[in-house]
Amino acid sequence: MEEVPQDCPGTSSAQAGKGASCQGCPNQRLCASGAGAIPDPAIEEIKEKMRTVKHKILVLSGKGGVGKSTFSAHLAHGLAEDESKQIALLDIDICGPSIPKMMGLEGEQVHQSGSGWSPVYVEENLGVMSVGFLLGSPDDAVIWRGPKKNGMIKQFLRDVDWGEIDYLIVDTPPGTSDEHLSIVQYLSAAHIDGAVIITTPQEVSLQDVRKEINFCHKVKLPIIGVVENMSGFICPKCKNESQIFPPTTGGAEVMCQDLKVPLLGKVPLDPQIGKSCDNGQSFLTEVPDSPATLAYRNIIQRIQDFCGLHSSKEEKLISR
Amino acid sequence: MKVNRNGKEEQETNTEHKRVKNKSKNKVIRKTITFWNGNMIFKNELFTTFSKIALLDIDICGPSIPKMMGLEGEQVHQSGSGWSPVYVEENLGVMSVGFLLGSPDDAVIWRGPKKNGMIKQFLRDVDWGEIDYLIVDTPPGTSDEHLSIVQYLSAAHIDGAVIITTPQEVSLQDVRKEINFCHKVKLPIIGVVENMSGFICPKCKNESQIFPPTTGGAEVMCQDLKVPLLGKVPLDPQIGKSCDNGQSFLTEVPDSPATLAYRNIIQRIQDFCGLHSSKEEKLISR
Repeated sequence: MEEVPQDCPGTSSAQAGKGASCQGCPNQRLCASGAGAIPDPAIEEIKEKMRTVKHKILVLSGKGGVGKSTFSAHLAHGLAEDESKQIALLDIDICGPSIPKMMGLEGEQVHQSGSGWSPVYVEENLGVMSVGFLLGSPDDAVIWRGPKKNGMIKQFLRDVDWGEIDYLIVDTPPGTSDEHLSIVQYLSAAHIDGAVIITTPQEVSLQDVRKEINFCHKVKLPIIGVVENMSGFICPKCKNESQIFPPTTGGAEVMCQDLKVPLLGKVPLDPQIGKSCDNGQSFLTEVPDSPATLAYRNIIQRIQDFCGLHSSKEEKLISR
Repeated sequence: MKVNRNGKEEQETNTEHKRVKNKSKNKVIRKTITFWNGNMIFKNELFTTFSKIALLDIDICGPSIPKMMGLEGEQVHQSGSGWSPVYVEENLGVMSVGFLLGSPDDAVIWRGPKKNGMIKQFLRDVDWGEIDYLIVDTPPGTSDEHLSIVQYLSAAHIDGAVIITTPQEVSLQDVRKEINFCHKVKLPIIGVVENMSGFICPKCKNESQIFPPTTGGAEVMCQDLKVPLLGKVPLDPQIGKSCDNGQSFLTEVPDSPATLAYRNIIQRIQDFCGLHSSKEEKLISR
C-alpha cells in the first residue's frame, strides 16, 4: 500500500471506499466491498493461542535508548528466577532486535515443528522469540515498511508454540507507530494486563512518555506504571552522586503525580548493566549487590503484585 | 517557487548540502548533535558568507526538536509560497510535526503510509528558500521514514549520513545494521559519532565508562568497516539541561570537553561537504 488519502475515513468506517476522499485510492474497491470492515481472522486465532498465557505485559517507551530492552530482559530474568514459573520474552523491535544479544542467544536459530515455531530457550523456563533469530547475520539490516513488520508480529503471536506461560513480556521499539498499534490490535481479544513505560529523567524524554501515556489511554491499554532509568550515577571512587540526565522538570516522579500514573521505581546508572547486556548475562545475578539490582527487584515485585491483583479480580468476576 | 509534478526536484535545487542523521540506540543525544551542527555553522567564523541552515525533524512519533531549539508552542504559518519554517535565528529555520500538534503531549499514532505522506509534505511544501545546509533528524530504526526520506530525496542528492552511537556492543550492533542500510540505498556515510563516551566525575575527576565499550567501541567498529570515526563526545549533564531549556550547549558551556568534541566533529562534517562541493563543480565544469 503506497498512499493513503489525506482524509481517509478509515477502512472500517461506513464511508470506506465511498467517501469523496476515497477517489483515486488504490484500496477504494476493496473498502467499498466491505472487506475492511471484516476483522482480521488472525485476532481470533491469536486469542485461542493466548489462552495458555496467564499474564501479558508490554514494555514501552517514548524515546529510544532509555533502557527498554535492558529492562525487558531483566524483567524476564527476574521472573524466571522462580523456577515454577514459565516466562516468555517476545521482541517485536523488528529493525533493532537487541534481545538475542542481551540474553546471550546470538547465533541461535528458530526451529519449526508441527505445532509451530519453537522459541529459543535461555533456561528451561525462559523462552525468547525475536526477528534476530531469523537473520542470516546479526549485521543484516531489516529494512521493512509498516505492513511487512505487522505481518511478522502477527506470525510471532499466532505461529510460535509458546505452550503454557505465566508471563509473556513484549519488548517494543520506541514510538507510537505500526508495531504498537499492531500488538494492541492483535492482542485485543486476548487481553493485555498492562504496559510498563520506561523513561530517563530529563524533560525531553518525559515529553515522549506523556505521548506514550496518551497512546495507552487512546487504545484502552492499562498502565502498570513508569520506570525512571539512568536516574543518577554514583562515582565509584568518591561516591559523589551526579545527575547525568538532570530532571529539570522534576523527573518521572513529578510527571507521574501530575498524570496520576504509578512510578514503579528509579534505577541508577551502573556500568555493569551495559557490560552484562553486551555479554548476554543477567545483571541481577552478576552484580547482586548493586543499588540498580535492588531497584530492579523492587520494580519487578510491584509488577507481579499488579498482575496478581488483576488475576484475583478476574476470578471474582468469573465466580459470580 | 514553482512546484512541478515531481515537486521535490524543483524545491531541492535550492539546497546545497543535505545531511541525513541516522538513528542510533540513544536518540536524545542524536538530536542534540543535529541541533549543535545548526548552531555551529551559524557561529562559525570560517564562513565568510552568512550560512543559511535548515533543520528538518522527521521523527513523527517523538518530535524532540521544537523543545531542544526552544520553540515549543510555535506554530507553522502557511502562505502562497508554502509553509514557512519556524526561525530560531534569522539564518536557522526549523520544521517538525511538533509544530502541528494541538498540545506537546498529543500522541501521533500513525502507521507508515501516513508518516510517509507527512515527510513528503515537509520536503515539497515547506518554503525553505536558499539553504546552505539542510539537516534531517530521523527517528531510530531502518523503516518507513528512512526509506521515504532517501526515496523522496533520491533525485536531489544527499551529501551523506552521520550515524550516532554509544560505546556498548548492543548499540554498535544496530549501527552496523544502519551502515548496511546506507550501503543498500547507496547513501554515502560521512562518519560515525560515539556519544556518551565516558564521564568525568565533577568532584574527583575520575573518569568512568558508564556504557563500557566491551568490544572496543565505535573506534574498533569503524576500523573494521572502514568508516570514518568523526569523534567521541563525553557525557556532560549540562547537555541534557541545555536541551531541556531549548538552549545551545555550545554557547552555554563553551569550555566543556563535550563542546570541544562537538566543534571538531562539526568541522569534519563541513570539510566533507566542502570536498564534495568542489568535486561536483569539477564535474560540471568539464
